[in-house]
Amino acid sequence: MSESAIDRVAAATPAGIARRVRGLSDRAIAWLFVAPAIFLLLAVNIFPLIWTIRLSFTNYAANRPNRAVEWVGLRNYQRILTDADTWANMQTTAHFLVWTLFFQVLIGFTLAWLINRKFRGNDLVTTLIVMPMMLSPAVVGNFWTFLYQPQIGLINYAVEFVTGIPASSFSMLGPGGWARWAIVIVDTWMWTPFVMLICLAGLRSIPDYIYEAAEIDRASKWRQFWTITIPMVLPFLMLAVLFRGIENFKMFDLVVLLTGGGPGDETLLASIDLKREAFEKWRTGHSSAYAIILFVTVFGLASIYVKALNKVKER
Amino acid sequence: MSGYSITEPSAGQKWFAGTLVAIYALVTLLPLAWIVATSFKSPADSIAYPPKVIFDPTVEGYVNLFTTRTRIPADQVDSLPPPANFAEQIVRDQGMMITGPSRYGARFLNSVIIGFGSTFLSIFLGTLAAYAFSRFRVPLKDDLMFFILSTRMMPPIAVAIPIFLMFRSLGLSDTHLGMILLYTAVNISLAVWLLKGFIDEIPREYEEAALIDGYTRFQAFYKVVLPQAATGIASTAIFCLIFAWNEYAFAVLLTSGVAQTAPPFIPTIIGVGGQDWPAVAAGATLFLIPVVVFTVLLRKHLLRGITFGAVRK
Amino acid sequence: MKRAHMASVAAISLTAALASNAAQAENLTLCWAAWDPANALVELSKDFEKQSGHKMSFEFVPWPNFADRMLNELNSGGKLCDLMIGDSQWIGGSAENGHYVKLNDFFDANGIKMSDFVPATVTGYSEWPKNTPNYWALPAFGDVVGWTYRKDWFARPEIQSEFKAKYGRDLVAPQTFAELKDIAEFFQGREIDGKTVYGASIYTERGSEGITMGVMDVLYSFGFKYENPDKPYDMAGFVNSAGAVAGLEFYKSLYDCCVAPGTSNTYMGEGIDAYKSGQVAMQMNFAFTWPGFEVDPNVGGGKTGYLVNPAGPGGERFAQLGGQGISVVAYSEKQAAALEYIKWFAQPDVQAKWWSMGGFSCLRAVVEDPSFPTSQPYAQTFLDSMAVVKDFWAEPSYATLLQASQKRFHDYVVAGNGTAQEALDGLIADWSEVFEDDGKM
Repeated sequence: MSESAIDRVAAATPAGIARRVRGLSDRAIAWLFVAPAIFLLLAVNIFPLIWTIRLSFTNYAANRPNRAVEWVGLRNYQRILTDADTWANMQTTAHFLVWTLFFQVLIGFTLAWLINRKFRGNDLVTTLIVMPMMLSPAVVGNFWTFLYQPQIGLINYAVEFVTGIPASSFSMLGPGGWARWAIVIVDTWMWTPFVMLICLAGLRSIPDYIYEAAEIDRASKWRQFWTITIPMVLPFLMLAVLFRGIENFKMFDLVVLLTGGGPGDETLLASIDLKREAFEKWRTGHSSAYAIILFVTVFGLASIYVKALNKVKER
Repeated sequence: MSGYSITEPSAGQKWFAGTLVAIYALVTLLPLAWIVATSFKSPADSIAYPPKVIFDPTVEGYVNLFTTRTRIPADQVDSLPPPANFAEQIVRDQGMMITGPSRYGARFLNSVIIGFGSTFLSIFLGTLAAYAFSRFRVPLKDDLMFFILSTRMMPPIAVAIPIFLMFRSLGLSDTHLGMILLYTAVNISLAVWLLKGFIDEIPREYEEAALIDGYTRFQAFYKVVLPQAATGIASTAIFCLIFAWNEYAFAVLLTSGVAQTAPPFIPTIIGVGGQDWPAVAAGATLFLIPVVVFTVLLRKHLLRGITFGAVRK
Repeated sequence: MKRAHMASVAAISLTAALASNAAQAENLTLCWAAWDPANALVELSKDFEKQSGHKMSFEFVPWPNFADRMLNELNSGGKLCDLMIGDSQWIGGSAENGHYVKLNDFFDANGIKMSDFVPATVTGYSEWPKNTPNYWALPAFGDVVGWTYRKDWFARPEIQSEFKAKYGRDLVAPQTFAELKDIAEFFQGREIDGKTVYGASIYTERGSEGITMGVMDVLYSFGFKYENPDKPYDMAGFVNSAGAVAGLEFYKSLYDCCVAPGTSNTYMGEGIDAYKSGQVAMQMNFAFTWPGFEVDPNVGGGKTGYLVNPAGPGGERFAQLGGQGISVVAYSEKQAAALEYIKWFAQPDVQAKWWSMGGFSCLRAVVEDPSFPTSQPYAQTFLDSMAVVKDFWAEPSYATLLQASQKRFHDYVVAGNGTAQEALDGLIADWSEVFEDDGKM
């Protein structure tokens, strides 16, 4: 390889000049590095998004190719925003989002903190714990419906075994208010490892010397936890929450397979409603407007959140 | 890694933490174990009421997963040659005969190509962008970062119809390349955001030292930064692979005979008169293995975290 | 109409091409749902490959995604499928939008007569507009909702005598819904062979079309009608007639008293699993599931009886139609070969083989053959059921109409909100809105 030659030349030239002469300017490199990613996103995400925005102002129906497409202005938006069902579905989504994030952060952080005690076999057990998130949502949805089945599923029998409540006396996916929690449980089961891994990365990024200094200052373990561990892990944790939040806002396949939105509309997330509008009722214009409303909602929430995240990071 | 440290937890603490985590692992793995167990059940046992914890294991599910079969009319049973192997025997016991291989193998291979292909591309593009965002003064940096993130916020259903039409007119529908590009576009936000976090944590002093030694930016990037970022790259790769490997909604819509991946295929495994649960479970179990292997191989990186050895600010 | 005309011109020229040369060997793709009958069709089609030299490929999509995937394919003018076995409700949209090739001229040229097929299947799978001789498909797979029951349990002396003591009549297969409910109540919670069993499995699925298929199956016999026979789209007093309200209340009472706990999202697959695993005495399901039960180790070999949908309080007896016709996709470039497949498939001996492999043939020569009723234990029940079928709206907007009924029925029957009257009144409002949007009322 010619690297040694380059090294020799490099060693002989003053660094600054060498950089300018042989390499591209930093600015050019920056653009060179960023451009491919941006280009791909423009082609595969932004172009369809603009298309969707355009459709949202029309009465286009993808299953009526022969019908004249009319410009309907804001009518789709107005219809959706004044529909009480939309708000009910948003509330269902909020319930799902808040509780999945709460449990995933709580359990995920606790697990990471425990694993960071570095007991023997901690890396083996970590590998085992992350396995649920490696399954396909299609498989998870299918099998959890199976597991929740009061007669042939495992969950109710497990509950009976532990608590003595007869297996056939309750149904997690049925009416009675359990279904909303059943979907939270499945998502938490599947995605807690994600939060855990990111928390673990955060915990391991805290240099030992900070704790050593705190020990010398005779700070209590409790105090160390709140003044060192939490602030240092927080940026990581917030990143995990950001990604899980975005994913769960638009998540639909798992819940469709588990409950189909039922009983009644109890677990009808906004994203499932959107899927129905787009691919079952084929009201493409209407569903495009719905999609944009959802997108703007996440966009707004996320931008506030990211500002907060940046503040935490800068500290 | 040091032998003695005042921050090392006590033996009691370790024991306590280990026990709690082990209990969690047991509970959380139970549903997974149930899937694996189901793959070794007979169809009747798989839907037994009440559920069977102890059962006669059989590989019928795996045989059914990999073969297509046909029922033998009663008058032809005697005229058939004896079964050639154990798989043939198992199928014969169900009153059927093997007529050929199923499409599972091909679907699995598609998943490997598309899953690993898009993971590689996501990491490649993501690392470059993350490095630029981390180290250079990119104009509108925060806005660009947020733009990248925002591409993940769109519900897939919303862009499905435009993407479907676009792919068709570009000839990308039902191709490996099309799916690789699509999954890369979805994953790149995660890759850039996670990797930027990791690269931010690598002290600039390393590169500055390298630059002073006469390295170019490129050299500093791949000789100094990349090895340091290996941990972050490995864990990001795992997340990207998990998404691309398991994606269902786009795969159902955009792939069919040529590039169909395994997730849309697995639920189509139908036995006599209903879903063949053991075969579905077998398909899911085998499908889990590559991701687990990939994770185990990269485990060191995933778990070691970042060691801030030399430079302490 | 213009499009329809053009399509039929295309069909004529294609038929001419067919006659003149034996067409080059093509690779045809047939699209259908991923289910048991599809496996049988793959087998059956091997004969076609041998005879014609064409190669057959198949694209099977799971039921939950079948409509999304395939309608998207058709709506965008996709060339993936040459032949489509599409759901019966798609016929209106596919005909009006020119997705399917009109088959009238092809049928005439090849001596295929729709009068050779079971009338209900022709109306259900082939015609648009309904009850006019405009054919867009060949009836391919007849299907209807019926019931299975555990003949072996019904026959046990101790159960027989206990039932007689309680209800003052013999325990036999129910002929009315009132009898069916008595029997379901009788079995609900009973110990059989050390296991608690339940009365019946009925459709309650929320996501696609399950609960609508189940409720309609019952409502027809209680006097429900979709519209005024004399005035299309006039629904008041027909959709929410006193009989329809009573029918919906009956369905809820059946759900409340007699299903296994937790079956709040049951459709075909869940019904099969519940029945095969011995949880229920009776099961509502489409006929396509029946061949599977006959060969099942737990419920096969004479343990299962088959039953036409019972009669309502007024003695009326109807059943919900399922099943599909096979169509040629208008965007296919291999229409000649695809039509060849349909011609082959329509032959009586192919149809007879189709039946023997578990495919429910719609050809009268097959189902009216004297040996047919005894050819399978469920054959007569299938035949009787097909004589009394009704189907859901097949309008181009059927999916929107279906979503409305899914929501109204699930909300009332499973979630227990509101009354039956409110559910059906609300349904009329939902449906009227759709028809108004379509400019039909």
